[in-house]
Amino acid sequence: MRDTLYIPLRPWPTLGVVAALALLPLAAATLGQPFYVVFATRVLIYALIATSLNLLIGYGGMVSFGHAAFVGAGAYAVAMLMPAGVASAWLLWPAALLAGAGFAFLVGAVSLRTRGVYFIMITLAFAQMAYYLVLSLRVLGSDDGLTLSNRPSLGLVDLNRDTTFYYAALAILLAALAGMRVLLNAPLGRALQGIRDNETRMEAIGFATYRLKLLVFVIAGAAAGLGGGLLVSLNGLVGPNLLNWTQSGLLMIMVILGGAGRLLGGALGAVLLLVVEEAIAEHTIHWPLVIGVVLLAVVLFAPQGLSGLMRRRA
Amino acid sequence: MPPSLIAEQLLNGLQLGLMLFLLAAGLTLVFGIMDTINLAHGSLYMIGAYIAASVIEASGSFLLGIAAAIAGTALVGVALEMALLRRLYRRSHLSQVLATFAVILIANEIVRMIWGSQPILLNMPPALSGPVELLGLRYPAYRLVVIGVGLATAVLLYLLVARTRAGMWVRAGASDREMAEVMGVDTRRLFTLVFAIGAALAAVAGALLGPLLAVQVGMGENVLILAFVVITIGGIGSIRGALLASLLVGLVDTAGRAFLPYLFRQMFPAVIAAEAGPAVASMLIYVLMAAVLYFRPTGLFPARG
Amino acid sequence: MRRLISALLLSAVAVLPALATARAADKVKVGFLSTLSGPGGALGVDMRDALLLAVKLNGGKLGGLPAEVNVVDDQQKPDVAREAIERFTKRDNVDLITGMVFSNVLLPVMPAILNTGTIYLSTNTGPEDYAGEKCNPNFFAVAWQNEDIPGAMGEVMNQRGLKNVYLIAPNYPGGRETLAGFKRFYKGKIADEVYVKLGQLDFAAEIANIRAAKPDAVFFFLPGGMGINFVKQYVAAGADKDAKLFTPGFSADEDTIKAVGEPMIGILNTSQWAADLDNPANKKFVAEFQKEYGRPPTMYASQAYDVALLVDAAVKQIGGKVEDKEALRKALTEAKFDATRGKFRFNKNNFPIQDYYLREVYKDAGGRITNKTIGKVFSDFQDVHAEKCKMK
Repeated sequence: MRDTLYIPLRPWPTLGVVAALALLPLAAATLGQPFYVVFATRVLIYALIATSLNLLIGYGGMVSFGHAAFVGAGAYAVAMLMPAGVASAWLLWPAALLAGAGFAFLVGAVSLRTRGVYFIMITLAFAQMAYYLVLSLRVLGSDDGLTLSNRPSLGLVDLNRDTTFYYAALAILLAALAGMRVLLNAPLGRALQGIRDNETRMEAIGFATYRLKLLVFVIAGAAAGLGGGLLVSLNGLVGPNLLNWTQSGLLMIMVILGGAGRLLGGALGAVLLLVVEEAIAEHTIHWPLVIGVVLLAVVLFAPQGLSGLMRRRA
Repeated sequence: MPPSLIAEQLLNGLQLGLMLFLLAAGLTLVFGIMDTINLAHGSLYMIGAYIAASVIEASGSFLLGIAAAIAGTALVGVALEMALLRRLYRRSHLSQVLATFAVILIANEIVRMIWGSQPILLNMPPALSGPVELLGLRYPAYRLVVIGVGLATAVLLYLLVARTRAGMWVRAGASDREMAEVMGVDTRRLFTLVFAIGAALAAVAGALLGPLLAVQVGMGENVLILAFVVITIGGIGSIRGALLASLLVGLVDTAGRAFLPYLFRQMFPAVIAAEAGPAVASMLIYVLMAAVLYFRPTGLFPARG
Repeated sequence: MRRLISALLLSAVAVLPALATARAADKVKVGFLSTLSGPGGALGVDMRDALLLAVKLNGGKLGGLPAEVNVVDDQQKPDVAREAIERFTKRDNVDLITGMVFSNVLLPVMPAILNTGTIYLSTNTGPEDYAGEKCNPNFFAVAWQNEDIPGAMGEVMNQRGLKNVYLIAPNYPGGRETLAGFKRFYKGKIADEVYVKLGQLDFAAEIANIRAAKPDAVFFFLPGGMGINFVKQYVAAGADKDAKLFTPGFSADEDTIKAVGEPMIGILNTSQWAADLDNPANKKFVAEFQKEYGRPPTMYASQAYDVALLVDAAVKQIGGKVEDKEALRKALTEAKFDATRGKFRFNKNNFPIQDYYLREVYKDAGGRITNKTIGKVFSDFQDVHAEKCKMK
């Protein structure tokens, strides 16, 4: 019997993409466009965040409309700890991860009582609470946000160099994708997808579906928190807009655009959306119109998202 | 705090609730009957307000403006349904989210191209632009109109869905589409009709609330979230759930803004109160939604599933 | 449609040269970063239009050099703005950056601009952060310090003998800073000080509370759509009969007037600029803006236009040698130009020393609702933070 859930590793295409990504800073330097290294780093971080959301939406059937809150938890954790004297990324990034995981645990524990659209809305509710809390608290900079004067240090390598930061982000993204593949191919991942397809049946055959979903929700929250920590480390700033519902919506759009329930769905969606925006935003203030048309085209002509399109062609 | 002020604030809460009901009614109808997530509901609201503003500006007649907004937006709704949504009924909610999000982006930019980035003028008719005496209370006449229209909409919708033949088809189409088709209901045309009604309701909200709120690009997104909060608390697809939830949200939000600052000042030192009061007031409706869903995971009046 | 075409053309013009990376000393490169999309986009569009108009009227030049204005939308997101700054400084090598509207974008990204030694000319916000001890030779506030305009209104209320004023502003640092500025000058009693949710739609509860408090007057600072909502609802409740509305010019300029109409009439507001200020630069600006864009200019437009005039004068003064940053900075601080707002010079903290006016919204003989200047509140006013600045 063919195993439909198993995600195979195709070594050659994988190696090709990784090699291309690894060579990108070199190419940018050769072309005299070092600016694009920072842009590419931001794309990689969003790819990580969207991938974590894809784990929830695509594999767990948990459509979270509050994912930006976990990103925000990680970002603010870093932005609060650095001025307090913590400078090492080895401490800061795990702290961001924990902040995302912790907040996800609280939100998930309550939200996972609901399903479907009600789950969408209750996660939104918690994210909006977090947003207004940050907006109101002066210790968190309120509407003006917080700024950092330096990037964290990562031991021997210097993150203040854009290229180094890029490789750090790339390594983390690749590790996350590899980890997600392992997770999904493991019994836990199988059970998760079983729950997505029919929760009642999984419950009936003895799975602790609530606890299993909560575990995955926390894992995704942790990855999103790490993404938030990386974002603030890269840009040196964080503001409440990072937690706004529009940001959660944008992450959802990335996942659906790239293909929910495909390993690379989140990453592809993030890349497409940000690259299209970068390419057209400086040409017209009506750039959202172009994005809208691109999204419509994907909905109508690539029902499974971009990664679905690729698989069909392949 | 004098009792007359408390009474006035309660009335304000009910009034805000009915404003929210106007926003949410069309959304819950489309969601409940067609099982379709329409994020572009806020865009239809915006289009309604812009059409009303333009027609009132050109003709000087408020009623003509409202009529044009309803007709124009319903037509936009029909076009949207036939060109796009029809293809998505059998697809997942996620596809609907992506498609209607795209519609938001496109609608905003088209409105910006036609009317410009600056907010535009939409005022209430002079006859309603002042306050009236009501049981010793001075209350804005226009807000009383909003209350009236809100209640009338609720009654009409309830009668339409519960008492008419069309409503029966609608309920049949919603609960079992295949079965309804076997029984001879043309669900294709029915769904177009329902979507047009949803769009028209959004236009009523846009045209009617425009004179109280800024008419500008992006005005739909703020109210969209509020409308979703309301229909979720009420139970998706339920008209009476939406009405009850609207009133609940309106009252809670108004009470939070009207009384919390006073309450906090009694309870905490001034510095903390000044910061905590507005913070808690702005979170209140989300706390309400989370609490309702915690105890009733499918809203107050679950209509389907 | 005309609008669409011109917008496309403008942005195309603004963008094409950006692809060139080689640094040519024969032009002035201005990075214009502003909020151009979303609900807050109108102000940025006004500023962009005014800046491009000034360049156009100047034959496409600033200070005798061909001007290249690179327009970028920050979407009111600090991280997007941060990246645009990377682009300006690392890719386009701009000589100056200008254009931001909101302090929640400006404050987070300002260190990134100043760290690279790039000059920033603020077209709008003038935060306390850069007015006092942290004043910076590369930061120029061309508009005002955040407390100036509300402070002027506090003074007006004193002059008018208003002794019990109700204050309302959004719950964010800008709101608190504005009310602080007001209270620095206002000497009477404060009936209440209310902070509302940013972006609030309905104000019925607040208006009922205001009426119950029976103040002499209301001072409100509610930028953007919030101000429109508030004024419409306040007047519909008939509350303006009991307590008149007073506001900083931001909530009573042409954009708000156009969106609110009749209910605006009678609102008193303070500003450093008014369309009817009688000086040649202003007359030309108001007429040309109306002619070019078919709408009257706002104070935001005047601020961006003044930035262009300032740059023009400074570059001219140094003979077009924009690559000499030190000389350019010095020429900017001297600010020898005729501003649309009249008298203008920089204080030692690079914030303006200028006059502030009282304006009243009225209906003119032709039936158009607009502002008229009815008095001067402060002459040669300097902000209170300047003395803490150690520069010069």
